[in-house]
Amino acid sequence: MALLEIKNLTQYFGGLCALTEFNMTIEEGDLVGLIGPNGAGKTTVFNLVSGFYQPTRGEIIFNGKNIAGLKPHQVTALGIARTFQNIRLWHEMSVLDNIMIAQHYNLGYSLKDLFLRTRRYQENEKRIRDEAYKFLEIMNLKEYALEKPKNLPYGMQRKVEIARALSVKPKLLLLDEPAAGLNSADVKELIELISWIHKEFKLTIWMIEHQMTVVMSLCSWLKVIDFGATIAEGTPEEIQNNPEVIKAYLGDGKI
Amino acid sequence: MRRFTVPLLVLLLFGVLIGLAYYDKLDLYVQSVLMFMGINIIFGSSLNIVNGYMGEFSCGHAGFMAVGAYVSSVLSVLFFAQDKVFGAPLLPPEYAIYGFPIIVIIAFIAAALTGLLVALPSFKTRGDYLAIITIAANYIIITTIINLDFIGGPRGFMGMKSVIFAMEDVAFLPWMLIWVYIFTILSIWAIYRFVSSTYGKGIIAIHQDEVAAEIMSVNTNKMKLIAFMFSSGLAGVAGALFAHVLGYVNPNSFNILKSTEGLVMVYLGGMGSLSGSVLAAILFTFLLELLRPLQIIKWVVIPLLLIILMQFRPEGIMGNRELSDIFPRLRKFYQFK
Repeated sequence: MALLEIKNLTQYFGGLCALTEFNMTIEEGDLVGLIGPNGAGKTTVFNLVSGFYQPTRGEIIFNGKNIAGLKPHQVTALGIARTFQNIRLWHEMSVLDNIMIAQHYNLGYSLKDLFLRTRRYQENEKRIRDEAYKFLEIMNLKEYALEKPKNLPYGMQRKVEIARALSVKPKLLLLDEPAAGLNSADVKELIELISWIHKEFKLTIWMIEHQMTVVMSLCSWLKVIDFGATIAEGTPEEIQNNPEVIKAYLGDGKI
Repeated sequence: MRRFTVPLLVLLLFGVLIGLAYYDKLDLYVQSVLMFMGINIIFGSSLNIVNGYMGEFSCGHAGFMAVGAYVSSVLSVLFFAQDKVFGAPLLPPEYAIYGFPIIVIIAFIAAALTGLLVALPSFKTRGDYLAIITIAANYIIITTIINLDFIGGPRGFMGMKSVIFAMEDVAFLPWMLIWVYIFTILSIWAIYRFVSSTYGKGIIAIHQDEVAAEIMSVNTNKMKLIAFMFSSGLAGVAGALFAHVLGYVNPNSFNILKSTEGLVMVYLGGMGSLSGSVLAAILFTFLLELLRPLQIIKWVVIPLLLIILMQFRPEGIMGNRELSDIFPRLRKFYQFK
């Protein structure tokens, strides 16, 4: 059974059709990409999968369950995490707090425990803190645990955001343009990081990306959309030479 | 050792204050200023949950105080005092000592439920729009009270003094000072425990990036509901104490001006700083008394101070830091748990 299966997903914003009849199947362990020119509807797909929009039509089946129409925090609790094109960390809190708050789906105590500081509260807070530290260590971020993300360099912020998404122990990770705004050295590091977490955590990853170097070296399968419609899919090599894709990105050549 | 420092200090201060009051070393005026300080601490720091920690802008906090004040007043007169409308007390007045804390808790619940009035719209709106909704909620509450004849309407409601006298008949102690002290400490304790837990930090996450909070598994709607209800419930506690300290309530003492006083305390102390709110409430109450000889000009001087504060220190006295962040050595002596 596929991990994620999207069937005939369609989204209208008023009269504007942002996405038509989108279909996609992702198997467990895949690392696939979604590309397309600006405004093609890529982020709309992610927003639909992660629960920010209610789809006009269509089904999103994750792990055998239709998740279309669930709230984002419910989707996250089921095992889909995502990052954003523009980094969305809680910049005024420490990196450690950023990781700890992401455990909201798995706190293990109630409001009563919180106010009475029961043993259940103490144990769970300790578990969350220890796990967060352990996690930061795996991600090589431990030395920044008490720093505020806003004081870190951009590439490092990106890494913290990916770490935060991973800390909810997702089965599927959605990366929305992870290489946006990074310089070439950072991009190289990011490619290594993504392929490392892909293996290390046995994750399924679906990414939106513009930079061909990233997509070509990471993804095994690509899907190309333009104006909300699927125009091509295949391996990176096939996509690179597909005339439809070249036309969508560069125009059809008549001047 | 350090886990006992704060409880010991709290007990010591309690003993000193009550002792001084009991042996008439603290005159009634000083006592009432101290009590208003306590009430303002609860009022200001509870508003800080919503305006400081969660970053919403609630301008109608006094409305919830009114709910707490009226619910508690009606209940305590109904149960423990002779009244024209409610008739003979339902319980012997000497039970008032045990009944009063329960009444304050009911005031908390009533005000918290009224808090839904602003919590539900906050799911969809925030910022300026929510500010307008909260002002409207404040007016709705006040107007409702003015139009309820059985609790005195615009004339106000009284009779709580006899409940306090009933307590003093049982044991001659400065009861209201005791209650205000206990509930102030309890409120600060509860707020501290809430905002220092991973669960409570969810509202700080909402402040800094609501979209990120929702996607990182924080149930933002539920968090907002809890924060608004907690905050307005504590305002209800402040209202209940206020009504019983004065022995008289009037709907107009909970209008938009009172809400503004709350805002002044939050922004004076620093948004998202609990010790800031406490300091600001003490300072503000003190300032009000200090400037009393100026009479109406007081309301020129205090806003002017606020303008100066916003010009030169817009983050307030403490910013979003706590006392222990500014003086790290304090951590040697205490640690809240």
